[in-house]
Amino acid sequence: MLDDRKKILVSVKDLKMHFPIHAGLLRRRVGEVKAVDGVSFDVLEGETLGLVGESGCGKSTCGRAVLRLYDITSGSIVIDDREIGATPQPELRDMRPTMQMVFQDPQASLNPRMTVEDIIKEPLDEHTTLKDAEKRAKVAELMDAVGLNRKFAKRYPHAFSGGQRQRIGIARALALNPKFIVCDEPIAALDVSIQAQVVNLLEDLQEQFGLTYLFISHDLSMVRHIATRVAVMYLGKIVELAPREGLYAEPLHPYTKALLSAVPEPDPSLARNTQRVILKGDVPSPSNPPEGCNFCTRCPSVMDICKRIEPAYREVQPGRFTACHLYNDLDDTAGATAGPEANKSTNKEKTT
Amino acid sequence: MPDGALPVLDVLDLKTVFQTRGGEVHAVNDVSFSLKPGELLGVVGESGSGKSVTMMSLLGLLPSPPADVRGGKVMFDGKDLLKVAPDELRAVRGGKIGFVFQDPMTSLNPVYQVGFQIMEPLRKHMGMNKRQAAVRAQELLELVGIPDAKRRLDDYPHQFSGGMRQRVMIAIALACDPQVLIADEPTTALDVTIQAQILELMAELREKLGMAVIWITHDLGVIAGIADRVMVMYGGQVVEHAPVQELFRDPQHPYTRALLKTIPTIQGERAARLTIIEGQPPIMAGAPTSCPFRDRCDVAFDRCAIENPPRYDVGNGHDAACFYDARTGGPRDA
Repeated sequence: MLDDRKKILVSVKDLKMHFPIHAGLLRRRVGEVKAVDGVSFDVLEGETLGLVGESGCGKSTCGRAVLRLYDITSGSIVIDDREIGATPQPELRDMRPTMQMVFQDPQASLNPRMTVEDIIKEPLDEHTTLKDAEKRAKVAELMDAVGLNRKFAKRYPHAFSGGQRQRIGIARALALNPKFIVCDEPIAALDVSIQAQVVNLLEDLQEQFGLTYLFISHDLSMVRHIATRVAVMYLGKIVELAPREGLYAEPLHPYTKALLSAVPEPDPSLARNTQRVILKGDVPSPSNPPEGCNFCTRCPSVMDICKRIEPAYREVQPGRFTACHLYNDLDDTAGATAGPEANKSTNKEKTT
Repeated sequence: MPDGALPVLDVLDLKTVFQTRGGEVHAVNDVSFSLKPGELLGVVGESGSGKSVTMMSLLGLLPSPPADVRGGKVMFDGKDLLKVAPDELRAVRGGKIGFVFQDPMTSLNPVYQVGFQIMEPLRKHMGMNKRQAAVRAQELLELVGIPDAKRRLDDYPHQFSGGMRQRVMIAIALACDPQVLIADEPTTALDVTIQAQILELMAELREKLGMAVIWITHDLGVIAGIADRVMVMYGGQVVEHAPVQELFRDPQHPYTRALLKTIPTIQGERAARLTIIEGQPPIMAGAPTSCPFRDRCDVAFDRCAIENPPRYDVGNGHDAACFYDARTGGPRDA
């Protein structure tokens, strides 16, 4: 991969998560929602991989599937050198301390009848043999780490604001010294001025504890801030994966281009002068994706081949992956070196 | 928009208080603003800043109790909306003033066809018969860019996607050719690519129909793209108000300045670390006796704790409610 010195902590290959659709009197299986449909990526130790996409693209399902919160349809997931793709749930229990999750809605993910101390302590009860006093000390430490006043340990979640509740969720995720944390839209439910507080906290904790994040978000500007590399999902598939700088400066896939150009910039002169790529229509249903490329129904640069053949997901430049027919001939003719020129020409299309 | 034109909507010292078991919550404190014909006024603020409550108070949409619109004036069409009879107010709502709510999922009635829901205001406010209303409803759906409009009139809300539902909401709000459209976070529940579609539609419609719009959002990016003037709210008050270019070029209130610094962008320099605004938004218990932002403010001084700053005019149609003068770097003269 990109940097050989860094170890690959999480490796996902061809992950599929299909949910059955049952209908009719006999609840017969009539189809399936292909929420995640053949996704492959690696997460390097200590990095933050951003996973972006619009609602319904399967990014949250992907995050949950990677932690095996679902029994996946097929594929391989290797976390910390252990294959967990097909491991039965009971055996996964000893893996759980390594991999944790921070959920989107701090309101829904904290039990309103448990005190903050009990919430943060629960993973310790389940997975460690520490004495009660030790656990309490650990909880106090965690509360300090996430910037919560330890005096509030006996309070209930309702007594805290949204940002503070998210800190409680983060403290709980940290309790077992995990290596890998999936953050599923951790800031989406928070106000703008509070988002920055939580993002800075996540960055500090990453540095302090050497954490690796899979950061799922629909907020492209926040992902640009926090992620080292970014994967863009559309209708159950990753359409592009690239290092942050490259992705934002020169997006390759037409969907990434459209997505980036749709983000409103807080600068009136810039906002009024940029030519936006406005996508027509809506995302097709994941139970009935189009033939060929999933994006072919809305793509501004669609070709005939896109409606017939699904583009392969592959490395078109060092460290940059995309699944698009626009970049197909490059590999065949001049190899990866042709990448940059091809970019420029497609970029021109966008700016004119 | 023409300067000096008479405002279509003029709000003066609006004050709304909620009675709760824990005491009074002053959600809107002396909010004043005016809206000129054809302009788009952006209202920015975090949740709980009073932006939605302000708009709902002026249309009498808040249930009372607990809400109590204590004072102020809302001049529209030569009348004070706070004083007119309920019937008259009902004729204004959905008629001359259209309203688009945040969540297209909950603001459409799931058991009625969308055609019926678009025709309802036409029949109530415009006195159209069923056939006329149906024709107009189809035109409206076409106007907001819904393909195959005639057939879609018979569909139910669940048969539309989120973006399409929001278009239906806009069609309903536009049904009676409103002079003013109030849009409360109309794109917040939508994805960015769909949001871009709606923003483009809005720009087109304004050009075609020439109505004045109040656009409530917490997204400064959206504001930058569509607003003519911007009003920033915090703690139930207007803390800053300026033409859009001016606001982004030269923000005067410490809250606006902090807010602009705290949001990351997708272009330009990437900050190594986000600037944060420490602390939490205020709970507005009791009438304000001090600046609501002072606990989180980095330039607050003694006066901020004993007096609530009025809106100081700083030129160019720009005002800020702050005792600190960002231009001189010192306190303002009393």
